[in-house]
Amino acid sequence: MTLEDRVLAALGTVIDPELDEPITALGFVGSCAVSGSGEVDVRLRLPTPQCAPNFAYLMAADAQAAVLGVADVARVSIVLEDHFTGAEINSALARGGDFDDAFPGEGTGSLDALRELFRRKALVGRQARVCQALLAGGATAADVAGMRLGDLPDDTDGARCRELRRELGLPHDASDAMLVAGDGSALTAEDLPKRLRRARLMTLSLEANGELCRSLLAVRYGCPDHEEVAA
Amino acid sequence: MYEKDGEKYFVFDSHLHFWDASPDNWVKGQEEYAKGWIECFHAYMGLGPPETHWTLEHFQKYSADDFERDVFGAGVDQATLQSTYLRDWYVDGFNDIEKNAKLLDRFPGKIRVNGRWDPRDGEAGLQQLEADHAKYGIQGVKLYTAEWKGSSRGWKLTDPAAVPFLEKCEELGIRNVHVHKGPTIWPLDKDAFDVSDIDHVATDFPNLNFIVEHVGLPRIEDFCFMATQEPNVYAGIAVVVGGLMHARPRFFAKVMGELLFWVGEDKMLFGSDYAIWEPKWQIEGLVDWAMPDDPEFADYPRWTTTAKKKVLGLNAAKLYGVEVPAEFQLTNGGTPAAQEDAQLVEGAT
Repeated sequence: MTLEDRVLAALGTVIDPELDEPITALGFVGSCAVSGSGEVDVRLRLPTPQCAPNFAYLMAADAQAAVLGVADVARVSIVLEDHFTGAEINSALARGGDFDDAFPGEGTGSLDALRELFRRKALVGRQARVCQALLAGGATAADVAGMRLGDLPDDTDGARCRELRRELGLPHDASDAMLVAGDGSALTAEDLPKRLRRARLMTLSLEANGELCRSLLAVRYGCPDHEEVAA
Repeated sequence: MYEKDGEKYFVFDSHLHFWDASPDNWVKGQEEYAKGWIECFHAYMGLGPPETHWTLEHFQKYSADDFERDVFGAGVDQATLQSTYLRDWYVDGFNDIEKNAKLLDRFPGKIRVNGRWDPRDGEAGLQQLEADHAKYGIQGVKLYTAEWKGSSRGWKLTDPAAVPFLEKCEELGIRNVHVHKGPTIWPLDKDAFDVSDIDHVATDFPNLNFIVEHVGLPRIEDFCFMATQEPNVYAGIAVVVGGLMHARPRFFAKVMGELLFWVGEDKMLFGSDYAIWEPKWQIEGLVDWAMPDDPEFADYPRWTTTAKKKVLGLNAAKLYGVEVPAEFQLTNGGTPAAQEDAQLVEGAT
C-alpha cells in the first residue's frame, strides 16, 4: 500500500457521529494530498456552512488523529473549508488545541457526552437493522433474542455493532447477547416489537439526515449524486 | 382552493416568508453571514424540482406580485407569514413583522402575520410583543432559538428568561408558538437540535400549542417520542415536503409514515416554507402522493383523502380559528387511527 492509500484508509475510519458513516463515504473529504516527504494536506467540506460546530470539530479532530497515526506521516494539516466556524476550528487544530481552545467560553466541557449519545443512537439503529434482516430471513423473535455477539453477520452493520459495543463499554465478548438495551442487559423476544418500532424511527432519523446532507453536498459542490431520484 | 379528482382541498399554508436578503440589506461587517444564510436557503431550493428553481438574485428579494402568483395562484387559501428577524445580519431584518405586514392590506382576510420574541430582549421585548399584538392581533409567534445576538449563539425555551414571554402569550391569547430548531445553539458542545426544552414548556403551558417546524429534523425520533406524550405539540412538515418529497421520495415516504404513526394526521400542519420552495408543486405532490405499495411500508398508516384534507388545511385552520366553508369539510369524519397505536408503544424506551 502506498502512503496515500494508507492515509485514505485512515480517513475511512473517521465517522460522522450524527450519520454513523465514514466521512470518506459521505464525500466530506474534498481532497487529500500526500507529499514525498510524508506531509499530508486534507481538505474537508461539509454539506452546509452551518453544520453544527461540535460535530464539525469532532470530524476534523478525528481526521487529524487518524492521519497522525499512519506510519511515515511527518506532518498533517487538516483544513475545514467553507464553514462558518472553519477559522476557529482550523487554527485550534493547527496549534494542537481542543474544542475549548477553538471556542473559548462557549462550551461547558468536552464533547465526550455528545459523542457517547450519538454512539448509543448508532448502536440502537445498527442492531435493529441486523435484527430486521434476520427476521426477514425467517428467524423468529426468540431465535434472534437468543443469538450471541459472535453470531453477528460479518458485514458493515455487524462490524460496527461490535465496535460500538467496545467503544461504549457495553459487554462485547462473542458469548454476550447480540442485542442489548442501553444498560447492556440482553433484550428478550417480548421486547423486540416495541424496540424495533422505535429503532426504525431512530435509524430513519440517522438515514434521513445522511440523505439530506448528501443532497445538499451535491447541490453545493456539484458533485455527482448517485442516489436514485425516482418517484 | 385546490381541486383534484372531484375532491376540494382547503389549503392553509402555515409557514411562509416574505423576505429581503438582497445585498442592500446586509449589515456592514456581517456580509459573510448574511450572504451565507441566504445561499444556504438557496441550496435547499435545489432539492425541489428543477423547473421550480430560481436564480440567486431573484431568491434574495422577490416582490408582492411574485408572492401573489406563487402562493395564491397555487391555490393557497390562507397564509401565515412567519417573522424571522436576524437583525445582526440584515439591516431591516430578514423578514420582520413590519415587512410581512405590508402584504396584509394587499391580501385582506387571506394573510396573517405572526410575531416573534426573544427572551434576551427582556422587558423591551415583552413590550414589543404587546405592541405587535395590539397592532396586528397576532395569534402566533415564530421562535428561532438558534438566532445569534451579540455574543450569544442562541437560547432555550427552558431559560428562565423565556417564562415571562410564554406567560404573556397565554395572557394575550397568542396560542400558536412555532418553534424552529436550528444549529449552533449555545453551548456549542451540546446537540443543537435537542427538542427537550419544548417537551418541558409544552407540559408547563398546556394552553399554548407548540408547532415544531421541520419536525425537529434531523432528530425526528426525539420529536416523535415527545409528540406522543404532549397533546399540544404539533408537527410543521415544511422541510419534510420541500426537502424530501422530490429529492428523496422513499425517505419522504418513511418520514411521512413515521409521522402519521407517532404524531398522527390530526397534528400535522402543511407549510411550504416559501420562498425556499414554491407551494404549487408541494400541494399537487401531496395530493397525488400515496404510501408506497411495498412490504417495507406495509405497517404505516395510509395517506387517505381525509388525512390530506386535515394536513393541507383543516388542522391549521382549527389552530388559527379560521372558518372553513362546508364544501371543504370532511364528509366522513375520519378517525386518526395512528394515535391509539402510538399510545401502545409509548414508554417503550
